[in-house]
Amino acid sequence: MTQSVDERPASSTGPAPALEVRDGRKSFGAVHALRGVDITVRVGEVTALVGDNGAGKSTMIKCIAGIFPFDSGAVLVNGTKAHIHSPAEASAAGIEVVYQDLALCDNLDIVHNMFLGREMKKGLRLDETAMETKAADVLASLSVRTVRSIRQQVASLSGGQRQTVAIARAVLWNSKIVILDEPTAALGVAQTEQVLQLVRRLADAGLAVLLISHNMNDVFEVADSINVLYLGQTAAQVRTSDSTRAKIIELITSGAASTDEPPLSGRRTDAAATTTNGSNPA
Amino acid sequence: MSTSTLPPSATPSPLAGAVQQPTFTENVQGYVSKLRGGDMGTLPAILAFLILTAVFVVLKPGTFTSFLNIANLFQQGAVVATIGMGLVFVLLLGEIDLSAGFASGVCGAVLAVALTNKQWPLIVALPLSLLTGVVIGLGLGLLVAKVGIPSFIATLAAFLAFQGVVLLIIGNGGNISITNPAVLAIENKNIAPWLGWLIVIAALVIYVGMGLRQWSTRRNNGLLVAPLASLIVKLGLVVVIVLALTFILNQERSLNPLRTSISGIPIVIPVIAVLALGLTFLLNGTAFGRHVYGVGGNAEATRRAGINVARVRITCFVICSTLAACAGIFGASRATSVDPNAGGSNVLLYAVGAAVIGGTSLFGGKGRVVDALIGAAVIAVIDNGMGLLGYSAGVKYVVTGGVLVLAAGVDALSRGRMRGSR
Repeated sequence: MTQSVDERPASSTGPAPALEVRDGRKSFGAVHALRGVDITVRVGEVTALVGDNGAGKSTMIKCIAGIFPFDSGAVLVNGTKAHIHSPAEASAAGIEVVYQDLALCDNLDIVHNMFLGREMKKGLRLDETAMETKAADVLASLSVRTVRSIRQQVASLSGGQRQTVAIARAVLWNSKIVILDEPTAALGVAQTEQVLQLVRRLADAGLAVLLISHNMNDVFEVADSINVLYLGQTAAQVRTSDSTRAKIIELITSGAASTDEPPLSGRRTDAAATTTNGSNPA
Repeated sequence: MSTSTLPPSATPSPLAGAVQQPTFTENVQGYVSKLRGGDMGTLPAILAFLILTAVFVVLKPGTFTSFLNIANLFQQGAVVATIGMGLVFVLLLGEIDLSAGFASGVCGAVLAVALTNKQWPLIVALPLSLLTGVVIGLGLGLLVAKVGIPSFIATLAAFLAFQGVVLLIIGNGGNISITNPAVLAIENKNIAPWLGWLIVIAALVIYVGMGLRQWSTRRNNGLLVAPLASLIVKLGLVVVIVLALTFILNQERSLNPLRTSISGIPIVIPVIAVLALGLTFLLNGTAFGRHVYGVGGNAEATRRAGINVARVRITCFVICSTLAACAGIFGASRATSVDPNAGGSNVLLYAVGAAVIGGTSLFGGKGRVVDALIGAAVIAVIDNGMGLLGYSAGVKYVVTGGVLVLAAGVDALSRGRMRGSR
C-alpha cells in the first residue's frame, strides 16, 4: 500500500490526526475481509467511511473499536501507536462507538442509559442528582431540546431521539474519537436532518468523527473528508470539496475513478482474484 | 469520574437550569396519560384489592373486617409475599424460578432438623438455613447463566428434586415440630402496642423526612420535581394507611379477651417491612439494581456497557433463593412444624401470581419489590375471604387463577400498547 490516503501534503505541519490506520489487514480463516485499509480521521472534522455492502466497513470499525484486533497494520491515536485489543482499551484510548442497533435499554430512562455500567455513586448509593445534572448538561451542550424530560423511558422516544441519546452517551465520557455506524439509516427526513446537525456539532466542538454511511446525501452534507472502501481495500480518501457524487459512486462501485485519478490496475486484479476465490468480505 | 469532552454551553442549559416545574394538575394529567399509554404499574392490583375487600365486607360484614381476621391476613400472606419479593429479582431478568417454593421447604426442613433433631442453637441453625438458600440460588444461577439451561427447565428440575429433598430430610409422612420460642414468635407473637406505635411513628418520621429532603435536593439542583402537592398527597396517603393499620392491629382481637389477650402488630410485619426496604434500596438505589433492570431490558446493551451479565443473573437467583429461605423460616414458624409438603402445593404459584398481579412483568425489565407485597395482599384477601364465605378450595383456585390470567393479560396488553405508542 503506497498510496497516500489524504490529499494533504505529507509535509503538513499541522497536528497529528486523531486516528490513523495504516495498512490494516484482517482475515477470518480463508476470507480476507480487510486487505489493506488506510484512514485518517482529523480533529474537528467529520470523516465519512463509504463502500458497498461487504466492502468491509463494519469489519474495519470493529477492528478500530477493539471487538477484534487487526491481524497486521498500525493504529495511531494522536500520532502514537495504540494497542487496541478490547473494547475497554478502545475506550481508554478515547474511542467510542455508536452501533447501528444503539444498544439502549428501553426500560431505563435517558439518564440511566447514558450512565449504564459507569454509574456515579455516593458510597453505595447512586448519585442520581449528579448523574441527572451531568446528563442534562451534555444534552444541552449538544443543543438537544427535543427531549421533554430526561427522566422518561427510552422506549417512549422517537428514532432520532434514541440516536441522540446513544451519541450523548458516547460523548459523556472522555472521548476524542466518535465512530457512528449508519446513524441515519432508520430515520425519517426531519430526524435525519437533526442527527446530521448533531454530527456536525460534534466535529465543530473538537471531536474527531468517523461516520459510516450508505447515503451520499448525508455524506456530502456533513463530511469534510470521504474514505472509500472497495472489496476490503481503501480505494481513496478525498476531500469532500474536491470531489463529486459521481466520482465517489464510481469509486464505490469500481474501486477507481475514471478521470484525474491514477489508475489502480494492480489493485483491480488483486480485487478480482479475491472475488473469484469466493471470499465475500463482510 | 471523567468529564465530558464537549465544552459547557454558553447559554444555561434548558434542561438543567430553569426547569419548568409542572403544576399539580399537569402532574395528574401526566399520570392519566401514562396509564392510557399502557403503563399501569400497581394500579390494577390496588383496584382489585379494593374491589375484593368491598365485596367481602358486604358479603361477610362481621367476620372479614374483624380485627382477628385482618391480623390473620398478614400472617397468612407472609410466606407468599416473601417468596414473591425474591421472585421479582428473577422476573426482572425475564427468567423464572419455579423451585422457590420447595427451596423454602428445604430451608425450613434444614432449620427444623438443626433445631429439633440436632438440638443446635438458633445462632447456628438460622444461618445454616439461610446459607442453604444461598447455595441453592448459586447452583440455579450457575445452571442458567453459565451452563445456559433455560431457567424454566433448570428450575423445573430443581422443583422436582427439592420436593424429593424435603421428603428425604423429613421422611415420608414425617413431621418435625419446632419448639424454639424465637422462631415461633415470628408468626405467632405480637409487638406490645406502645412499642408498635413508637416504631411506626419513628419509621414514618424518617420516611416523610427522607421524601421531603430528596425533593428539596432535586429542586435546589434545578432538576425536574413533582409538584409539592403531589408529593404531600403521596406521603400523606402512606402515613394515613400505615397509621390506620397500626391502630387496627393494636386493638384487642382475642375471641376471649379475659383468658388470653391478643393485640399488637404481628412480629412478621416489621420483619417483612425491613426485608422489603432493604431489597427496594438494592434495586432502586444501587448500581447493581440498575444493572438488573438493564439485563432485563436489553442484555446485549448491558454486556456492551461493560457489565458482567452472568454475575448479575447469578446474584438475582441467589437473592431469590435466600428470600425463599426466609419464607421457609416464616412457614415453619406459622405451622409450628415442617412436613414434607412445606413450600409445596400452591405456595410457589401464589408467589409468582403475587409478583405478576402486583405489576411485575413476566417479560423482564419491569417490576418493583412492593409489587409482590400488593399482589400478595390481593391473593391473601381472595384466599381468606372466599374461605370465610365457605367456598371450597376448588373455587378459590379457579378465582385466583382467573385473577392471575387477568394480571398477566394486563401486562401483555400494556406491553403491546407501549410498543405501539412509540
